Amino acid sequence: MTVPALAQRRTAEAAPSASRRPWRDDLVGWAFAAPFVILFVVFLAFPILASFLLSFTSFGLRDIANPVGTSVIGIKNYVDLFADPKFWKALFNTFYFVVVGVPVTLAIGLLIATALSRGVTRFRTAFRVGYYLPVITSIVAIAVVWRFLLNPDAGLINMLLSGLGIKGPAWLADPVFAMPSIIAMAVWRNLGFAMVVFLAGLQTIPAQLYEAAGIDGAGRWQAFRYVTIPMLRPTILFMTVITTIGYLQLFEEPFVMTLGGPLDSTLSITMYMYQQGFTFFHQGYASAIAYVLFVIVALIAFLQFKFLRSDE
Amino acid sequence: MTAIPAAAPAPAATISAPGSGRTAGNRWVYLLLVGGLVFMVGPFLWMLLGSIKPQADFLTAPTILPSVPTTDNYSRLFNQLDFPRFFFNSSVIALAVTVGNLVFCPMLGYALAKLRWRGKRVIMGLVLATLMVPAGITLIPNFILMSKLGFVNTYPGLILPFLAGPFGVFLMRQFMYGVPNELLEAARMDGANEFRVFWSVVVPIATPVLATLGILTFLGNWNSFLYPLVMAQEPQMYTLPVALATFATGQYQADHGMLMAGSVILVVPVLIVFILFQRWITEGIATTGLKG
Repeated sequence: MTVPALAQRRTAEAAPSASRRPWRDDLVGWAFAAPFVILFVVFLAFPILASFLLSFTSFGLRDIANPVGTSVIGIKNYVDLFADPKFWKALFNTFYFVVVGVPVTLAIGLLIATALSRGVTRFRTAFRVGYYLPVITSIVAIAVVWRFLLNPDAGLINMLLSGLGIKGPAWLADPVFAMPSIIAMAVWRNLGFAMVVFLAGLQTIPAQLYEAAGIDGAGRWQAFRYVTIPMLRPTILFMTVITTIGYLQLFEEPFVMTLGGPLDSTLSITMYMYQQGFTFFHQGYASAIAYVLFVIVALIAFLQFKFLRSDE
Repeated sequence: MTAIPAAAPAPAATISAPGSGRTAGNRWVYLLLVGGLVFMVGPFLWMLLGSIKPQADFLTAPTILPSVPTTDNYSRLFNQLDFPRFFFNSSVIALAVTVGNLVFCPMLGYALAKLRWRGKRVIMGLVLATLMVPAGITLIPNFILMSKLGFVNTYPGLILPFLAGPFGVFLMRQFMYGVPNELLEAARMDGANEFRVFWSVVVPIATPVLATLGILTFLGNWNSFLYPLVMAQEPQMYTLPVALATFATGQYQADHGMLMAGSVILVVPVLIVFILFQRWITEGIATTGLKG
């Protein structure tokens, strides 16, 4: 008598408000989850694992007919990658893009957000829409338009510069100016995104803090330095991570504007992965490149998680 | 005594602009914002003006305005090249993916937020872990998979991998978590099963979030490039970005007028969607911090 009673009590303790038929709950839960989960496993989770496995093979065009038959070569792809000057060049270029592009994008985004949030009442929506427009437009279209803007003979930028008596450089055809041109375009395209997130963050700062700063005689710059920046710290950190992860995946801009040139000065990691995988059909090698990028991104996401934790 | 009501607005003024020289300061702020706006909108105007310039204008020194406005560039896109087809492809793919996400993401989001089932924590962990995975990582395995299935150069090949996006689940779960349990319990008391509760109680409340998810998914897929570039290898399956990039880097790379017209075709539908729904888009982004 005591044994079933005990067992009964134990189940009651484990799930106080669960229904009497947990298998039925499972059925309902999985009925809601299954359509998503099936697609998710087949097209996202499994490919993530598969590309890890592929990075240890010499997978190429011939293996597509029989993927399982490809030869396993251990860590050879990673060893080769380590000795591949083009890969190092791509890694360097991508970091150059991130290290310059992210701070500039966030600084300008924050500047515009601060300007909009204080004292600006007229045309607010017009400003918001205007600054946000490039974010939602196709990078391909933007890259095509900017390539034309930067065209040394037919473009607007050198036309305006020559109006000032300056002979502009060949921009995208010049190894020194090509990456800065792409950075300028990325900043232009993404600052609106930073602006919107910073605007939302600024709205959570209590007005009393500015009031108190004003009473203490703080000017605009001091209020920004000692109230806005410290209060926005979590948002700034979050935006730094999100923007960094996005910028690490640089691809469309060099693909359309320079094809990675001149002299590989704009070759990015994803661009190199694309070339190896779909121009030369070295898909095993390309998977190793993709995985290196994946690990870098995962590391940054993990660090953000740690930082945000220790912040609170 | 009379000084009190008069003094009341003063702190408000201090809040909106600490420090002195408010009006002069504001003038600079407006100047900065307007100057910036010119810089933001300028490239779009350059694109529009370029798209109506006759070809002769590109052979001489550049000008801002077209010598004679023409629709020639557009008619070449539509008659010589297959832009109606690319436009159709982009629309079909973006719409199908949007519908898929609007069906599958709220269902899983609801199960994660409000239902009790074994395996829930594992699924939630897996989906959230993939939120930041670079798109390049799944490209090669998906290409091999689609080749095996015979789906390269087909609509299923371009649509299937995106029907269920982790971002939508994240967004939906966040929202559904806030739906009061009493509301669901009341419906259950009335004898409604879980599907009925979901359909008649949860979905109507979630309409604004669904709108945000729908718009962001549509925009993201309309602009998508890397995956369709790999998966659509024959011109009849090109999407607009793939077609534009292929022409811009290939035989039409010096045909500025036509490339600007192609950019207009790619950008204008998005601008219309954005201007109509800008509140939903910017609010959705501000609350989730993600672009979709």
